[in-house]
Order: sequence, then C-alpha cells, then structure tokens
Amino acid sequence: MITIKNLFLTSSICLFPALLTGQTLDPSALLRPLRDDWPTYSGDYSSKRYSHLTQLNQSNVKHLTLAWATRVAGGAGNPGGGRGGRGGGGGAAPVIVGGEGAGDTNAAGGFGGGTSIKASVLEVNGTLYFATPDNAWAVDARDGRELWHYFWKTKGGTHIGNRGLGMWNNWLYMETPDDYLVCLDARTGKEKWHVEIADFNLQYFSTMAPIVVGNHILVGTGDDLDEPGFLQARDPETGALQWKWYTVPLKKGDPGIESWGDVDTASHGGGNVWIPGAYDPDTHLYIFGTGNPSPAYTNPPGRNGDNLYTCSIVAVNVDTGKMQWYFQTSPHDTHDSDSTETPILVDGDFNGKPRKMVLHASRNGYYFTLDRLTGERLVTSKFSDSVNWAKGLDDKGRPVRNPEKDSTIAGSLVSPNNGGATNWPPPAYSPDTGLFYVQQNDAYAMYYLTETDPRGAMGLGGKEEDGVGTLGSYLTAIDPKTGKIAWRHRYPGTGGGLGPGLLTTAGKLLFGGDMGGNLVAYDPADGKPLWHTHLGQVSNAPETYMLDGHQYLLVAAGDTLYSFTLY
Amino acid sequence: MLRTKRVSIVLPFVLGLALHGLAQGPPAAPAGRGAPADAGRGGRAGRGFGGAYPQRPPADPASVERGRALYGVNCAFCHGSDARGGEGGPNLLRAQIMLNDKNGELIAPVVQNGRPDAGMPKMNLSMAQITDVANFVHSFHVGGYDISRHPPPSVLVGDAKAGEAYFTSKCASCHSVTGDLKGIGAKFEDPKLLQNFFVMPGGGGRGGFGRGGEVPSNIPPTTVTVTLAGNQKVAGRLERIDDFIVTLTQADGTPRTFRRDGDTPKVEIHDPLAPHRELLRVYTDTDIHNLTAYLVTVK
Repeated sequence: MITIKNLFLTSSICLFPALLTGQTLDPSALLRPLRDDWPTYSGDYSSKRYSHLTQLNQSNVKHLTLAWATRVAGGAGNPGGGRGGRGGGGGAAPVIVGGEGAGDTNAAGGFGGGTSIKASVLEVNGTLYFATPDNAWAVDARDGRELWHYFWKTKGGTHIGNRGLGMWNNWLYMETPDDYLVCLDARTGKEKWHVEIADFNLQYFSTMAPIVVGNHILVGTGDDLDEPGFLQARDPETGALQWKWYTVPLKKGDPGIESWGDVDTASHGGGNVWIPGAYDPDTHLYIFGTGNPSPAYTNPPGRNGDNLYTCSIVAVNVDTGKMQWYFQTSPHDTHDSDSTETPILVDGDFNGKPRKMVLHASRNGYYFTLDRLTGERLVTSKFSDSVNWAKGLDDKGRPVRNPEKDSTIAGSLVSPNNGGATNWPPPAYSPDTGLFYVQQNDAYAMYYLTETDPRGAMGLGGKEEDGVGTLGSYLTAIDPKTGKIAWRHRYPGTGGGLGPGLLTTAGKLLFGGDMGGNLVAYDPADGKPLWHTHLGQVSNAPETYMLDGHQYLLVAAGDTLYSFTLY
Repeated sequence: MLRTKRVSIVLPFVLGLALHGLAQGPPAAPAGRGAPADAGRGGRAGRGFGGAYPQRPPADPASVERGRALYGVNCAFCHGSDARGGEGGPNLLRAQIMLNDKNGELIAPVVQNGRPDAGMPKMNLSMAQITDVANFVHSFHVGGYDISRHPPPSVLVGDAKAGEAYFTSKCASCHSVTGDLKGIGAKFEDPKLLQNFFVMPGGGGRGGFGRGGEVPSNIPPTTVTVTLAGNQKVAGRLERIDDFIVTLTQADGTPRTFRRDGDTPKVEIHDPLAPHRELLRVYTDTDIHNLTAYLVTVK
C-alpha cells in the first residue's frame, strides 16, 4: 500500500542521486525486506532479524564452515592489527585518528574490558562496517581483510559498548562515549565532520547505533545521572539538529507532567534512549523503547506518579519529531527496568482482524503485543515465571508495581535481577513459525535500600544489589497472538546468565549464542540444536549476507569477527 | 583454556573455602562483567567508570571554606546544607547550570539577579564570593553511582521466634544449628551478609548480576554423573556443561570430557543448592527477615 505520506518519503529520497555502485547505500534500500545486504542495525526497519536468504537451510546447515576470522585491536597504535591484515598481501590498513580528547584515556580500546564487538555489523556491497567504543572499522566481507580503522581520541564517558554504525549514501555515522556524532567516508574512513549531540558535563554517554530514515539520522544517548533522555534527528550532510524529542517533561504544562511529583524531578527524570527501535514506512513512525526513570532506585516525592514517558514503547513521527502514541511497560519503575529492548513490527491477523502490530519483550519480564497505529495493548503476558516485582496487571494491561519489592532496608528478594529477564541483545521473529524469539534469565537478587535520606539518591545510587542465583536461563519462543510460551530451550547447568542476540532465516534456521560459548543453529519450530561451533562467548547477534552467490553467516565473539559459509 | 567467565563461577567456591573475614567489605558495586551479554549500560561496572567524567581540579581549600560559610548563610535553607535540595530549592549538584559551571561564571547571574518566577531572591554577593560558593558546591562528588550518605544502621527487623519456627519446618531436614550451622551467627559481622549467604550460599554464581560478598562457607560442589554405553557411570565435580559437551573432574583429580548428542550419554546434574533455589519461589521477604533475626542469635 502506498500512502500519501509514503509517496512523500519516496520523493524526498529521490532528491539524492541513487548511486548503486561501489560502497554507497541509497536510503531507499533500507525500505526493502532483509535479503542480500545488512544495511541497518536490525537488518531492516521491521527489526524482525528475519533474512529471506535460503541457500543456507536446515538440509545443509551441518556443512557450514569457517570462511574467515578477523581479530581487531582498538586504539591508535595498531595499524593492520587484524589477523586478516597479515599475509593478505594488502599491507597494513590505514588508521585514521580523530577526537577531542587527549587520547590517553582509552588506548586499549575499552575501559578495562578489552575489545568486545557488541555492535551490529553493516554489510553493504561486499564491505562490512562495525564499531567498538571509540573505534570503527571497514573490512572486506569476502575475506575479512581490514580496509581502514578509525580511532577517536576520547574525553571519557562510559565505555560500556557501541551498538553499531548507521549508513547514508557514502557516509557512515558513529556515536562516541563522549557524546559526538562522527561522520566518516565509508570508502576511506576519513572524517567528514563531528558534532556534539549531548552535554558531556552532564555525564551523558552515547552508544546507540544511529538509524537512518530518509534524510534523518536518528540518534540516542545514555546517562546514569539524573538528566533527561532524548531522541534527536540530525541532518546526514551537515550533522545539524533537525528535531529533539525529550522522553520526560521539562517544564510546567509539558505532556506527562501530571505523572511526576514536581517539575524539577521530572526534568531530571531519565528515560534514556540507548538502543535502536523499528520504523514503519507507512505511518512514518519510529517506534522505540525508553529507559528507566531517574533516580532509579529511590522514591523521593518528586517521583510520585507513573513517570511518563520512561520505561515506555513510544512512537515518534520522524518528520516532525512529535510523539504519536506511547505505552508504558513499567509505570513508576523502581528496578532500572529499561524498556529499550528493540520492538519488532509485524503485520498479521489478530483475533480475526488484520492488525499492524508491535512485539516487545521487556527487561522487566513481561511480553507485550501492541497495535502499531494506536499503541493499544493487545496482549500482555509474563514470559519469566520467576518475576515477582509486580502485583498483577491493571485495566490497560500494564504491570502494577508492588512497592514491597522496591529496595528495602531489610532486603527484598526480587526477580528479575538488574540484568533483567531479558535485555538489549536483539530478539527475532520468524513469519514461517509466527513465533517471537528472546533470550531469558530467571535470576533473583536481594535489593537493599542503603540511602535513608527522604530526598533519595542520585542516578543509580541508594541501593545495593546482591545476586542470589537463578532458576535457569533459556532461549524462549513466544506466540505473539496469545503471549504464551510456544517452547523453551533451557541452557544446561545451574549458572544462568543471558544469551546474546538472535537471527532467523527463511532457511528455517534460528541462530544464537549459548551460555557455553557456542554459536548454535536451532530449529525455530522447537528449539532443537542443528549445528554448532565453539567460538568463546558470542558478543553480538548473528547476521547473514549474500555475496558472489554464497550465503555467509557472520558473528562476533569478543575481539574477533567470524564469517561462515558453504563451499 | 580457562576462560575468565569460568573462573568467575569457580571462584566463589574456592574463595569461600579459603577466605575468612572478608564480610566487612564496602557495599558491593554491581559486578556486571560476569554476565555474557552486558546488561546494557546496566553493565555499569560501577564506580570504575565514574572517573571517566569531567574531573574538576581541586579548588583552593581556603576558597572552599569561605564558600561553605557563605553557602550556609545564603543558600542552605532552600537548597539544603549538602546542596541536594531543601525547602523549595532544587538539588544543585545535578543542575545543568551547575554541572557546566566552572568558577561561578554561570551561576553568578542567577545568584545576583535571583529567579523571581521560581521564588528565588537575589543575593548581594560579589563575584569573588560567588566563586567561593561555586568551589564549595563543586567540591561534592557527583556521579551516577551516588554514594549512600545516610546508610541504615541494620537490616535486622525480623522476629527471631518466627524465624526459628521457619527454620524448623523448612531448613532442618538438611541443616542443624548444633551441627553444620553451629555458631553461624558469629561468623558474620554484618547480618546482611548472613542473610545473602543463607538465601544462596556462594552468591549464586553467574546468575547473580551483583556480588554476594565473599563469606565463610563449605558449599559442596555441583556434581554430575554420566552414564556411558554398557551402563558405565563416570561421576565427579561438574566443571562445565552445554548442549554439546560436559566436563567433570573425578575424585582422583582426573578431568574427563564427554561429547553430548541430545540425550546420549545420559547426564544427571546434582545441584546441592537445589533446595535453596526452590525456596526462592517460596520465601516471603518476611520469612527471610525472620530467619536472619534467628540465625544471628546462633552464636
């Protein structure tokens, strides 16, 4: 269906010449369902992470074999540090250095944690683009050879991860932990410009993969102090601000202010946007999740109320930057239960009527199916049996917080733990099975209130969380029409933990990493393992692409990228 | 190859056996690192990241002291003596203007002109005095992992008698306060650590996204029995298991690894903490608090 709005988007895209050769990516390519390339965070705008490729399928997955592996090293001093760079005959790849910092705070490429690739990897016309905090790389998708490495000299900030790059024509976009958006030439890695996207003095840090929609670069940020969250749109050519949408009210009269105790608290109320959402080209709605209210664990009077629009699924019009609808998944959250987990867009039949839907499994242990046009709740279910922070559901299908399960002086036994029943690792959906797939952990923690000041604590302070074990961790399949569990695959052992993100394909395969460091292909119908290889802990969601008539399976484990194929 | 993740699972047991008296550590920072997928920015390995934000060079102590006095007279009534907010005035520590201010240059217009619409009077302070006030306010630590300033004195709120009754009905089939738990109350200086310890001895390994605190314990390890063809059984301490591999260490110290293919060979895990895991679903917080109140009396 082509709507008037859709025509508008199409015509705006036509203003930019479509150069389909070389490394360029026309923004209209992002409107196509996921097949040969992987041009945006979730592969396509629906965020299903369902590839239509079928060369690799249930009948031949046992023959999947390693095509190449490339190890990368962050920092300025590692030209051609990748294994792919050695012996490849191509010489050392160039290192391009930028940044506003002194360059002495992150030489190793990560604060204490070493290099871990958590990002989605873009694959466009035979080249892969990915990032870790302060670092971006281009490597050849055929053999993993490093083409260039960009290093950003940081001023600091939380270096917890980088979720990936965005691409528009020849240009790549990277967020940095010290709150810049950097535009790189995809062909050379050379910097075109960088712009400040948040105030570093306010302790914002930026990890999100920028999402390109038409001529908008959508950018989110994080913050663990009491500062307001926002999503903003930037011009792809200049980085200039197009609009900014705050997730919390900033002043008297702003929408949602009635859900806070006072304006000062609301305007410092958190709700950060740190994981990409999905986009509906028909309605021009960008649909994404917001983070926890701040302060996260304490309850000063200023937080009295639901604390809109924190812990919510929100639909914002990309042309205007105005909110169309919202659904709050954790009203008045007191456990840092970000609702940032990527929502998935699915069209289908619901109770005999065609519906445009949003599927979302939240860190708080609840699963939701929403109407994509209105935000109306269609299904709520608890996908983690152990979850105990809520008393039940209200008439809108929202979980109702049990205040007795807040952090208390004597200690509250709460599930999930802070890591969540699930978290940012991307879920997936297969139209073949009609099932939604998500990683799950049924863990408990004791939550102690450690700050008795009635004004509460700032940020994430004021509590102590002590882990007390798990009842198990799972790969879980949910039926979005009912919210019921279709099947669960329990990871063996008693350790728990939460697995990395997922990929489904039309080859009737479901890929993910397990708790033992294996990359595994499962049968999406029942969760039976079909193939595996041991890489060490998988650190991003598997992806797939097609080149020279061969389908590749791509995944990262720590500092190494692995690509598998059939010969 | 021993991977870091594995170490983190084994260590609680080893440490538990080897270390006594670490109970009085500072409040645990979220450990985070143990989880294979970081918990988003939830991975927040805590205070370590705090240094990543702008650090102010220490101001002249004399200026801070002058500022403290000026603040006490002019500002504390509304903004609180610790600048975290008070009678009508907002928290200054997290205020955007204060976070961007260096030496009073941004707050000076507000101080000197007031904010009549917000009920803030203008103050008759010189620029030098405002610099002193700014230096005082900037001397407070500001970070997402706010350090608790008014910690509660104790977690003990429970009823020891009710706790004893609960112990008798739910715990006594495995434990005895005159046997394995003799003197348990004397082994923990902090009742909170005793409480965490009995809820899940060893802190629950990877599943716990925080640290339980190292505590004295003699938790038996998880064991596994593998039944091979011909009904041959191999048993030992479970080292690792996934859908494809199981590794155990036999009583004589020999490690053995077996390939797994579905249900072949048969693998049985014996989790000595299974009853504790079952109780996680069953306990009320009151039960836990009562048990703690009882167990601290077992000296």
